[in-house]
Amino acid sequence: MSAAPMIDIRNVDKVFGNFRALDTLNASIGEGEFFSLLGPSGCGKTTLLRMIGGFDEPTSGEILIGGKSMAGIPPNLRPTNMVFQSYAIFPHLNVSENIAYGLKRLRLGREEEEKRVREALAQVELSELGPRMGNQLSGGQRQRVALARSLVMRPKVLLLDEPLSALDKNLREQMQVELRHLQRQIGITFVLVTHDQYEALSMSDRIAVMFAGQIAQIDSPKEIYQNPATRQVADFLGGMNFLTASELAVDGKVFRAVLPGIGAITGHLAGKAISDPASAIIGIRPERLRIVWEGETADHIVTGKVVDRNYYGEMTSLVVGIEGQSERVSVVETNDFGADDIPVGSDIAITYDRDAFIIMQG
Amino acid sequence: METSAPTMPAERAAGLAPVTRFLRTETGKGWLTISPPLIYAMLLLIGPIIVIVANSFWSQDYLTIDRTFTLENYRAALTEPIYRDLLMRSLFVSVTVAFVTVILAYPVAWFVSFHGGRYKGLWLFIITVPFWSGYLLRILSWKVILGYKGVLNETLLYLGVIAEPLSSLIYNVNAVVITLAHSWAAFAILPLFVSLEKLDRSLLEAAADLGDGPVRRFLRITLPLTMPGIIAALMIVMIPTVGDYVTPKLVGGKDGVMIANAIQVQFGKASNWPLGAALAVSTMVIVSMVAGAIVLLLAGLKRLLK
Repeated sequence: MSAAPMIDIRNVDKVFGNFRALDTLNASIGEGEFFSLLGPSGCGKTTLLRMIGGFDEPTSGEILIGGKSMAGIPPNLRPTNMVFQSYAIFPHLNVSENIAYGLKRLRLGREEEEKRVREALAQVELSELGPRMGNQLSGGQRQRVALARSLVMRPKVLLLDEPLSALDKNLREQMQVELRHLQRQIGITFVLVTHDQYEALSMSDRIAVMFAGQIAQIDSPKEIYQNPATRQVADFLGGMNFLTASELAVDGKVFRAVLPGIGAITGHLAGKAISDPASAIIGIRPERLRIVWEGETADHIVTGKVVDRNYYGEMTSLVVGIEGQSERVSVVETNDFGADDIPVGSDIAITYDRDAFIIMQG
Repeated sequence: METSAPTMPAERAAGLAPVTRFLRTETGKGWLTISPPLIYAMLLLIGPIIVIVANSFWSQDYLTIDRTFTLENYRAALTEPIYRDLLMRSLFVSVTVAFVTVILAYPVAWFVSFHGGRYKGLWLFIITVPFWSGYLLRILSWKVILGYKGVLNETLLYLGVIAEPLSSLIYNVNAVVITLAHSWAAFAILPLFVSLEKLDRSLLEAAADLGDGPVRRFLRITLPLTMPGIIAALMIVMIPTVGDYVTPKLVGGKDGVMIANAIQVQFGKASNWPLGAALAVSTMVIVSMVAGAIVLLLAGLKRLLK
């Protein structure tokens, strides 16, 4: 991330009638950064994206792009382009005409225009489809045309509104890789809206996790996953076991806790400030718990009973009840050693990585 | 889910006549269901056309119809200057009315569709209110507005825009165009409204995103994508107005007479059905050709707007 922010979001509020859609948002997005807005539907992420693009105006606060305030500037005069969720391919134009749509106004001359369209088509691997009409394309093709149509304008910022949500799983994963490559190759800022945490984790340089009009955390994917700021963030990004603590104390950069049925543990705050230790909660990701097989030994052994078992092909999730813990704990194991054969109802011994406990604001 | 009807065992169905068997299929049942109105509509549509076309090839001597084939009526209809002038005027009036109506109706439809919000239904309802009064009443009220001592003249006099009443407001082609354009407004607004409603708003956002201001967005997206509605509205207004003879009679004066008035006279006072029929058929064919030309022209225009 370079020094000067490409997009600066300052104290942005958006109120629709009585509903506060966005509540005092602040964020800055760097030049060439792949930034994701992640959150459940209705959290305001699309509203924020539309404001960056100029389709909505903030009720208060301002958005700067490239250091200039965008207040009152309509979408057609902003250095941004958007890939719409519905793709919004013009049905009365063919693929080449769709891509050339924005170029027509620039009066580049026929040759330059055709050259740029050809390059854009090649970039999204649709060179053969130029003459195909806009309403005769498959979902994946529409997505590529929408992308090419925006990129051909050479924007400073590309806005993507859930561009992959309409595609089937394999195509989606392929497009995730392609989008990431494309962004690195052309080096412009991408702002992606998604509700898919894996998409955000795999593609982004940084992620802003949003709930109910507020940004809960802005961080790198790794930080967001390994060190979520709040219980809500942890819950939204994959599974998290929340543990009951009989004692919990924060001491400088370290926290100590006694977990009934598990024992005394310690962990690092990792830069987090826990403002209210009384409401803080301890958690551990399911993959940081391991089964202790017969004949193995471990420093910390926790015993429990298998309550349920979910088979996912390459791995199995075991739901384990531990005496003293109010919530059941899930353990994710690869199936190499036979985790998928452990019967429901049997006793089980598990252990944990010592540094895997996380403290979060509740 | 309930099955639509009990199906007959194959062995029993095999014994039935092919027609009966057809009538028991889904397609057959469909035809059976629509046949009463279909037969009724076809009789009412095709019957008169056959009568008209047949008459146009016959001749009439006072009260008796001579059923020997002749093209004399068509010769008269297509070469006599009076009919040629009336036909040209009718085409001019109907095409003008169609375009004037659509140009005036489009902003109304656009407003209701884009800014009607929760009140779209109410707006459409208000648009139809003038049509609760009779057709003649609406034409007569235009006489009140456009007349020599009418509302418009009196207002202009009062405002001092004119020194004496204008005699050019009524009893000419303009008066016919104005009156017809108003008469058909709702019929143009509705198809335009429907096509504007179908327009995906995200396409307009995408066009804005790609650099187009409101005017370019309208010309490059809204206009081409609502072209089917525009064509429908033009046809709905144009085709029936060619045949209108009440409006020209009431507000057209001698300069506003149209081909339908001539046809009416032939079927009425002049009592020359064959000539009237030939005029009607000629008008029908020429109007169809003009309508086809307009459709092709607009379809071509749509391809040019990109």
